Amino acid sequence: MAKTKFKIWRGDGKGGEFEEYSTETSGGMVVLDAVHQIQAESANDLACRWNCKAGKCGSCSAEVNGMPKLMCMTRLDELPLEEGVTIEPIKTFPIIKDLVTDISWNYRAKKKIKPFKPRQPDNEDGSWTFYQEDIDRVQEFRKCIECFLCQNVCHVLREHHLEEEFIGPSALVYTAALEMHPLDTEDRLEDLKKANGIGYCNITKCCTQVCPEHITITDNAIIPLKERVVDRYYDPVARIWSKLTKRS
Amino acid sequence: MRRDTWWKVPVLVFLGLSTFIVYSTWAAFQGVHYTYGPYLSPFYSPELFGTSEHAWFGLKPNFWPGWLPFSPAFLVLWAPASFRLTCYYYRGAYYKAFWADPPSCAVSEPRKKYRGENSFPLILQNIHRYTLYLALAFMVFLSWDAIKGYFFDGGFGIGVGSLVLTVNVILLGGYTLGCHSLRHLVGGGLNRFSQSPSRQCAWKGVTCLNKKHQMWAWMSLFWVGFTDLYVRLCSMGVWTDFRIL
Repeated sequence: MAKTKFKIWRGDGKGGEFEEYSTETSGGMVVLDAVHQIQAESANDLACRWNCKAGKCGSCSAEVNGMPKLMCMTRLDELPLEEGVTIEPIKTFPIIKDLVTDISWNYRAKKKIKPFKPRQPDNEDGSWTFYQEDIDRVQEFRKCIECFLCQNVCHVLREHHLEEEFIGPSALVYTAALEMHPLDTEDRLEDLKKANGIGYCNITKCCTQVCPEHITITDNAIIPLKERVVDRYYDPVARIWSKLTKRS
Repeated sequence: MRRDTWWKVPVLVFLGLSTFIVYSTWAAFQGVHYTYGPYLSPFYSPELFGTSEHAWFGLKPNFWPGWLPFSPAFLVLWAPASFRLTCYYYRGAYYKAFWADPPSCAVSEPRKKYRGENSFPLILQNIHRYTLYLALAFMVFLSWDAIKGYFFDGGFGIGVGSLVLTVNVILLGGYTLGCHSLRHLVGGGLNRFSQSPSRQCAWKGVTCLNKKHQMWAWMSLFWVGFTDLYVRLCSMGVWTDFRIL
């Protein structure tokens, strides 16, 4: 067992600073284990949101050595421990206390998306018929655990705070799940272009890079949505073609 | 504050793209040494007007202003350049490397104002699918050039240059056919693949290439530059084009 130094941000919405702690670490430990150990040994009032410790609840998002990560999925042996480990709350959202932030904006952004609107049932018993190949693509988006690391790393929100104009990658993944669903009939393209601001995304792929569920956010959700917006608003040939073939 | 070497990738992208832009611009302005035997540099293909036997319509057109420098590359190079400029992969890469917008993920930016691709000029990135159509046409021209590269003085043969031109087409094909816009056009716009198996099949094919779009983008960029360099150095007599067959 070796002692490792941790610098953990302590404070609230009014301000705060990094405080140093030292605790014994061993192979197999994750950052969240160390935070719990520090809580138990020397900082009983350290606030930290967590739940499953298995990378599935999305609660323990933080910035470890400056990189957005789930603390429960970040192994200490993958970090340069000799330099110490810095842990701070995710930067994009308002701090409540220590490592806990107010992520409620993400749920408000999600509410801006028009809900699922299925077509009329295919069968007399009120059920629908569709095939696995129709739903395969959408299933990737259902893996989202709403950890909001993608929202946190997106520079449109993180640096420019355009929360009123842009709903962020996580909400775009949700939009893609609805928009590409084989039963859905709702039209979200106007919202995507205007109210939800998909044009603000400049495809840096940071959201994909930090996603703990390895959802290919940019390539499989955002760019296909951008292309659908292009169909409607920027491609005159596609518009004429869709009118001729009566496709929406 | 990130403590890893986050700056490495943007610096490499900056150097890689800058080197290509400088070299391709220099090569386009040369106007000479772009053919060797049956080989034609991809920077000059198709040669619409020019002095070589590859030219479609003969010598420099009369309407070309006398004061303006002329090179056959000026007439064609803008098309593949616009395809790469508006490519989804390159956009993300050069926004980081050239504009620091952002410099890297979770790294602070040097400016506060940001309009994204919502307004002029970046809203023009939405023409990417039209540049794709041009790039697909160029694939046909370059494939024809590669085939012609196997015929020396009317007879079949294989030179190292023949293989260089063929690899160029393969790599450009991997890049062009893995384009995000093409992926959307062939089937990505559908919500019910089961109703169109052929488009689903096409979408899967493009998706397969699209997964490695970054790799194809860099390999094809390097090789298209190398192909021009190969033809140029053979034409200048610096390199010898060895015949395999």
